[in-house]
Amino acid sequence: LRPRPSRNADAHQAWNRPAHGPGLSARPPSGTTGGALDAMVKKDKVVVFLKGTPEQPQCGFSNAVVQILRLHGVRDYAAYNVLDDPELRQGIKDYSNWPTIPQVFLNGEFVGGCDILLQMHQNGDLVEELKKLGIRSALLDEKTDQDSK
Amino acid sequence: MELSSDYLREKLQRGLEAEHVEVEDTTLNRCATSFRVLVVSAKFEGKPLLQRHRLVNECLAEELPHIHAFEQKTLTPEQWTRERRK
Repeated sequence: LRPRPSRNADAHQAWNRPAHGPGLSARPPSGTTGGALDAMVKKDKVVVFLKGTPEQPQCGFSNAVVQILRLHGVRDYAAYNVLDDPELRQGIKDYSNWPTIPQVFLNGEFVGGCDILLQMHQNGDLVEELKKLGIRSALLDEKTDQDSK
Repeated sequence: MELSSDYLREKLQRGLEAEHVEVEDTTLNRCATSFRVLVVSAKFEGKPLLQRHRLVNECLAEELPHIHAFEQKTLTPEQWTRERRK
């Protein structure tokens, strides 16, 4: 699993824009208090806190999260880089009462870190959870192709 | 508080009444104090993954702030038996 090179040069200018589009890095709304974090995790269906960005993950576990989302064809998610902001880095750990990064939120709810996301990917739970959010996993389409051969 | 594999193994065994615990020191791979653990305990029965992981986190609440990277696998005794059969 190697990080993909950035396809979008405008990603750097997304500094002040909320994250939308294929995993563009997001700038957190001002403050990292519980209220602000609550808003951040609820603003988008899929929200991840990473070390680094989807274009350039800075940690193997964060990269694993990015790659799993990519495998499922999840392109529209908010990604926050905790390395940019020490307050965010600690704040999100306090908010979810979870000691490590990466952190994955689906529909505003904390789901877990890389281990859990990987297990959900392997046992089919991730496809189901994405379905509940109205996101069709790309892996379902792969299966369909095989079935019709 | 000590951060050795043995210490963590014992603490997890006691705290979670575990049937089986494995602790691997993955520090060399991560360039900072890191561990990968496997815990097999009946306490995980009927609990979703996140809850299981939280139990482990609580057990090591004192140590985790000093650990840079932490991977965990949590199985019930039944799951463990099945996995070993593979």
